[in-house]
Amino acid sequence: MKISPTDSDAALAVRGLSVAYGDKPALSSVDAVFKQGRMSAIVGPNGAGKSTMLKAAMGIIPTISGEALFFAKPLAAMRDRIAYVPQRASVDWDFPATVIDVVLMGLYRRLRPLSLIGRSQRQMAIECLEEVDMAGLASRQIGQLSGGQQQRVFIARALAQKADLLLLDEPFAGVDAATEKTIITLLKKFVKDGGTAVAVHHDLSTVAAYFDDVLILNVRRIAGGTVAAAFTEANLAEAYGGRLARDTPMTEAHAEPLVDTAT
Amino acid sequence: MIDVPAFVNALTFNAGYNTAIVAMGAILLGWAGGTVGTFLLLRQRSLVSDALSHATLPGVGLAFLVMAWFGGTGRFLPGLLLGAAISAMTGLACVEWLTRRTRLNADAAIGAVLSAFFGFGVVLLTVIQSLGIGQQAGIGSFLLGSTSGMLRNEAVTLAVLALIVALLVFYFRRPLTLVCFDEIFARTSGIDIRRADLLLMFLVMAVTVTGLRVVGLILVVALLIIPPVAARFWTDKTTTMIFASGLIGAVSGFAGTALSASVPNLPAGPVIVLVAALLFVISLLFAPARGIFYGLYRARAFSRKVHRRQGLLAILRGEAIYDSDTIKVLKADHYIRADGTPTRTGLAAADNAAREEALWTVYLHDNPDAAYRAARMRLDPIAERLTSDEIAELEKHFAGPPSVSGKAGTGFAIR
Repeated sequence: MKISPTDSDAALAVRGLSVAYGDKPALSSVDAVFKQGRMSAIVGPNGAGKSTMLKAAMGIIPTISGEALFFAKPLAAMRDRIAYVPQRASVDWDFPATVIDVVLMGLYRRLRPLSLIGRSQRQMAIECLEEVDMAGLASRQIGQLSGGQQQRVFIARALAQKADLLLLDEPFAGVDAATEKTIITLLKKFVKDGGTAVAVHHDLSTVAAYFDDVLILNVRRIAGGTVAAAFTEANLAEAYGGRLARDTPMTEAHAEPLVDTAT
Repeated sequence: MIDVPAFVNALTFNAGYNTAIVAMGAILLGWAGGTVGTFLLLRQRSLVSDALSHATLPGVGLAFLVMAWFGGTGRFLPGLLLGAAISAMTGLACVEWLTRRTRLNADAAIGAVLSAFFGFGVVLLTVIQSLGIGQQAGIGSFLLGSTSGMLRNEAVTLAVLALIVALLVFYFRRPLTLVCFDEIFARTSGIDIRRADLLLMFLVMAVTVTGLRVVGLILVVALLIIPPVAARFWTDKTTTMIFASGLIGAVSGFAGTALSASVPNLPAGPVIVLVAALLFVISLLFAPARGIFYGLYRARAFSRKVHRRQGLLAILRGEAIYDSDTIKVLKADHYIRADGTPTRTGLAAADNAAREEALWTVYLHDNPDAAYRAARMRLDPIAERLTSDEIAELEKHFAGPPSVSGKAGTGFAIR
């Protein structure tokens, strides 16, 4: 596939991205385009560099070569339009912060150092919590939440950033079925309203039901494009090798969503 | 013993201009230490402040030597503090380098740097005392601090420094909080982590250097560690914790200087630290959020909840209750009469308990990852623990009207 990072409809375009941890390569010259108004998944086996790619694009880890353009501009110019949702494990959950405190962190870039948080900002944070059905727990300390509830708070914080592009690192890892349904419903609505979502995803059985586009990675790029075109048995076999069980329903025709996403 | 009128005078800033200035300085220092220390604790770097404070001593000695060499008295406080700051930075850089470049753990690196710098500093002070240059009197007070011989302009210098730190903390509170809580998110929000950490270290250094003259370098670390640790017992909110920690530090500084001004030969620095330690013990024992006694109280309350729930379910099943604790709890709630037969409220409560048990069972089935927490939650009224949407979702699993009133016969049977 021909990659053109200056595509006017690309929310995120990655070109020739190479990353290594010490002398161990994590990504090898990866090209990828994530189009605006689409829901994209990044899939691949463990250690394929899925999370690494998002982190490298967001400048969290150093890259060896390559570049990432957001809406055809470098990251620094587009930071206000991007919200990144890290893995839950990256946070100290015993931290003295309540649910609404965490959501208000999403406002950081719009607050001046001397300004205080007012009623309108608080109201906005509550509305973001309502989107993920967490408004009732706004004053709970974050360590007292279940894994799924913690993930919802992270999503609410990303919503508070009012971004056009959501980058999510394993949003469905270790969450309960109800949370998975809440999050996917919300993301679909976000994309329908013109937003763009890119998620690192590990559950191949839900790719076809949840996503429009897919990027299959295994250190290098294996395939990318619409789910119908790229999410094929041949491409998956190339990415996962013999590790993928043959009887797993993986092609679109056989895929059965775990959660009914019609609602 | 304690001179009460003098103590009251000191508390009301009437014990003379100098004492009042020292007290103001100690209050500001306590506030600055408490607020900066909160970020240090949340960033899990508390011990770094120990290395930093001990590493100031050679700087003090060298600055004294240099200033005495150029014909001064060597006792110019800003000069000494500048020397302390430079040598503290050197010590910090050594700790950084050791942890980064070798396989040494941070605590081992801190220990090595701390003792090496401190040893060098003590040697320098000994040499200075044998040289007989400048005005050495008071140079030793940097070890344990002293407010008694403090000059007016020295006290003002300290107060200004502490005020600057307090203002910087307020200005940078948001990026610092973000870095402490979620480094990755902070970075994606455009915060330079290295610069934030440098800022934090600069603030710690400023507090340390300011505190040297008052509490001394051995104890100054207490002003950075004790107040935030004490404050953590009182709250689960960062802003409240910063405020509470600053308050605990300020109260310690105030009460400490007032005490030392009213009791002869009582050194201010150690007393300030002791007051802070006392506040820590009080917090540890009595704070409602995380204190020990409240924890015991909650454990007892929880065991009562267990007895209540078990007893109510036994009532519903028509079983006899033998456990004396269970009987005691049920009687106290007027759920059973003296002869052990259930009251009307008891029957209603039993029905409601069955309903909530059933709802929790469904909830756990849907949310297996919540099992650990739910074990604690499921004895509370469900409406306090789950959102109304969540409860409505759970109630869909049951036939009958979705009543929340818990009246008898709502269709929730024991399974």
